[in-house]
This record gives sequence, C-alpha cells and structure tokens, in this order.
Amino acid sequence: MQQVKDLGEIQDFCKKIRRHIIEMITEAKSGHPGGSLSAVETLAVLYLEVMRHDPKNPHWPDRDRFILGKGHACPVLYAVMAECGYCPVDQLITLRKLGSIYQGHPDRRFLPALEASTGSLGQGLSVGLGMALAARLNKSPFRTYVMAGDGEIQEGQIWEAAMFASFHKVDNLVAIVDYNKIQLDGFVKDIMDVEPLTAKWEAFGWHAITLDGHDIPALRAAFAEAAATKGKPTVLIANTIKGKGVSFMENNPKFHGMAPSRDEMALALKELA
Amino acid sequence: MAATTKFDLKMGAATREAFGKALVELGRKNKDVVVCDADLSKSTMVHWFAKEFPERFVSCGIAEANMVAIGAGLASGGKIPFVASFSVFVLNKGFEQLRVTAAYPPGINLKVVGTHSGISIGEDGPSQMSIEDLALATALPGFTVISPCDEVSMTAFVHLAAEHFGPVFLRAGRPKVPVVYNAGQKFEIGKAIELVQGKDVTLIAHGLMVAESIRAAEILDGEGISARVVDMPTIKPLDLEAIRDAATRTGAIVVSEEHLVDGGLGVKVAQAVGRMHPCVMEFVGIENTYAESGTPAQLLEKYGLTAANIASAARRALKRKG
Repeated sequence: MQQVKDLGEIQDFCKKIRRHIIEMITEAKSGHPGGSLSAVETLAVLYLEVMRHDPKNPHWPDRDRFILGKGHACPVLYAVMAECGYCPVDQLITLRKLGSIYQGHPDRRFLPALEASTGSLGQGLSVGLGMALAARLNKSPFRTYVMAGDGEIQEGQIWEAAMFASFHKVDNLVAIVDYNKIQLDGFVKDIMDVEPLTAKWEAFGWHAITLDGHDIPALRAAFAEAAATKGKPTVLIANTIKGKGVSFMENNPKFHGMAPSRDEMALALKELA
Repeated sequence: MAATTKFDLKMGAATREAFGKALVELGRKNKDVVVCDADLSKSTMVHWFAKEFPERFVSCGIAEANMVAIGAGLASGGKIPFVASFSVFVLNKGFEQLRVTAAYPPGINLKVVGTHSGISIGEDGPSQMSIEDLALATALPGFTVISPCDEVSMTAFVHLAAEHFGPVFLRAGRPKVPVVYNAGQKFEIGKAIELVQGKDVTLIAHGLMVAESIRAAEILDGEGISARVVDMPTIKPLDLEAIRDAATRTGAIVVSEEHLVDGGLGVKVAQAVGRMHPCVMEFVGIENTYAESGTPAQLLEKYGLTAANIASAARRALKRKG
C-alpha cells in the first residue's frame, strides 16, 4: 500500500466504508455504529497510505501492525480490511452471525489477519507495545499503530502502558485516541471526564498531536510527524464526531451501541450516496 | 517412568531459585527468550537473567496487567517471553489480560511464572499468598499448567516450557525444598512419575507436598500399609493414564497440594476418576480459608499440609475402601 492517493479517492473510499458499516450493523441488528463511523478517516489513511502491509501476505514479519483497542468498533476495521483485500467484501453482512469470520469483537481465531483479539478495553496499547519491543529486538523496521477509544482510556491499564512507552522510549509505536466525546452511558465529560487530554499524554512523556480526525491532510501530516519523532512515543488526539457522516447519528449517544432500523438505514445510505 | 524409590530426602534449593538459574541457561541457548519483570526480580530470581542479558530484560514496574499484555505482544512478534512475578499478582491482577491477550487468541507463545505460591512464603501473610493460582490458570483454555516439586524437576520444566509452543503457567515456591529426583531424571509435560511403589493406596501430589507424601508413605509403611507415591507436576493437561492406573491398581487415592482444595489438582483428579474408574478419594489442601503470618513450618502445620495429615487421610480412605 503506502501510495499517496488523490484526496477525492480517499473521500470516496471513506463513504464506501461508511455504507458498509451501516449495512453490516443493520443486517446484524446489533453493534456499534457511532464509534465505527468516527474512526473511518484514520483507518483509511493508515491502510491506504501510511502502513507498509501486503494483504496477499498478511503474516509478512516486517509488516506494520494495527490494533483496534476499541474492539467494539470492528465494523470499520472489517470493512477497511475487506476493501484492501484481506477478507471477502461480500461476507461483511454476515457480521455477528454464527460461523461468520466477522465476529462481534475482533477475534483472530476467525480472522487470522487481525493482529490481536480485542474487546476488553484497555489492553490493545499494551499488546502493541510488546510488538513494538519485539520489532526493536528483531531489528525489524515495522511500526505499530493502536487506536484507543476516549472511553477506553478511562481504564487504568492504558496509563500503565503510557508510562511504560515513554520510559522505554518506544518511538516505533503510534497511539490514536478516537476522541468522539461519547461513550455508552452518555457524554464522556459527564461519565468520567478525560480532560485535560493532551496535557495528560504529554505529562506521561508522549509527543502529542491534536488534530481533526476527519481531516485527511491533517492525518497524513500527523503520521509523518510521528514517524519523524525519535526517542518518544507519539499519540494522535483525533477530535472526531461520533456517528460522523449520518446526520441523525452525529453526536447522538443513542447510536453508540444501537443498530439502525431498516428505515434509518435507507436514510443513512441516501446521505452517503 | 519410574524414579528410584527412596525415603531419604536431602534439602535442596527453592524452586524459584532453580527457575532463575535455569532461565539464564535457557537465555544462553535461545536468543529469543525475553524476560518481563514487575519490580520483584530479586525475589523471583530473574535478576540473574537481567544481569547477563540486560537487552532482553524488560522492566515493567509495578504494573502486572500491562506486563502480561506486553508479554503477549512480544510473543506475537516472535519472541519467547517469560513474564514473572509473585503468583498471586501475575494471575489475579493479570487474569483478564491472560484471558484476552494470551489464552483466547491462538498461538500466543507466552510463559507465565508465578513464584511465592502457596502459604509457605510465611511471614508476609495472605495478601501475598497464592492459594487459588492453579484454579485460575487451569481455567484458561489452551494453557499448560505445571507445578514442579524440586530443583531438578523445575530446571527441566523451564526448558520444556520454552520448547512447548503455546501459553504455559509455571508455579514456583519461596522456601527451600527437599530434592526428590536424582540428576538426569527425564521429565515430560503431561506425564506423572511414580516415586514410591505400593499397592494399598496412591498418594498423588505436586509442589512441596510431594516430599510430604514420601514421608507419609514412610509413616504408613511402619504401620504395614503399602502406599504408592506419584508426583503429578503437570496439572493441565492431566495424565489420565496415571490416574486410571492409580484407581485400578490401588483403589484409593489421596491428593495433596499447597492450594485451596476447591479448584486444585484434587478435584480434577476426582473428575477423571469419576469418569474412568470410581474409587475412594481423600484430599489434603487448604480448606476454604486464607492463612496468616507465621514461619513456613508453623503455617504448613496449622493448615494441615503435613505428612502426618496425609497419612491420616490415607487411613480414612482405606477404611472406606474396606
């Protein structure tokens, strides 16, 4: 991959991913649309432009790794991986059904091209750090990317990992916080505020970049800045909109973990046409 | 695999010490071995490895949950990570991480070592005592669980754990324990070893209760009771043939362990016996409680983990066997 695309091409790709997300979750009758839609641009830029990977050779030892710590947003990951050629696009609508490779949370037993099984929040960053250390020990050039949710970083293990990463100067790993401001019970600021977020990561010794997580050129620049940052880990605080791209889902806590109805799907797909 | 029958036990090294030494040998042999520590290297004895291989030693600070998942990531990257801490911390604080990052994804070659298991750690008291670690570790599908009884078997199992592809939990103790095996004894994961021959009752044990079972056999021998002693270091997968053999040949089994009776080796042996060849059974272990501070010897005595208590259990079993 790692080929700079035309901006319009990436935007079209993002729209296609959003349509998959809506169709998959509607068909499954359950799932997490809001946090899948908020992460689309980040995953698109990573998989289309930033990461060194080869869908025909998913276990290439020197491939870059991506771990979705917020495993409940797996529809976005499945759709992006399928469109890259890792797994079948036509089976995306089997999400959450018995025997599907597209399990309710990422599961390497069913989809071996996944880098980790996730779903219990707070563990992805630690696993990614282990991989980054292995890269260093093996003198392998691969880089590791971990996306965490803003609710997920309420888990204590995230901060154990954050402390570890700067202490060990893990500069071949990038964390991305999908800061969409909503978690299951409501707005993050009302459940357990994570602010001041950038200052927290900086205090833990990270190079923090705050950006609009739907701004593709800004994401490109941030990943380039992360690659050029040596001696410390980098975190992208990606300000995003939960439910991005579908008007009635945007900033609506209801769609953290609820599937759209058939009518809502039709409306959403019209907006994403 | 029969070992030499002997009642003569000489004191040897602690299994944690044997683990620490074997880890250094293993590190020399295999460059992929990496060790993760949570600020207990001088107690778990991984400081010897740290001294010789600083570049392969990962200091995680007092953060066991993070350490376990880092180990899983290292394993994904092709390393053979040994994550070590007190058993009570690495399994209780790291349990969900073991479950999600090591047990349920396939092919995670992680080795987890819990030292200071059981109540024989003594004065530090129950917050540091791991009496439920085998119940937890064996509840992780795909894990191999091993509790060696002396320095010879621990040394062998450190190497066997590294050779085995997949997650392993290895249990070690704090105090010095008697040497049960002669140097050169062969071990296999999943195989029990008959230490003392006998025909009336089989005494099965792991960890430091193996030596106590040998002493119990000696007590019973004095009363004209012929007790077999079997060391069962692999708690999972169970050596079903050895269990069937014990049930059919002696018709009475006593399982002794430095662990809660609930969830320990005893209940697993009972399940196997129930499925294969029911016979009378007795259990010596910690009964539904936490221990306290004291010397190791005082605690083992107070909580019934003694040769005398194993001998009593054997007599009770034989009475029911008729």
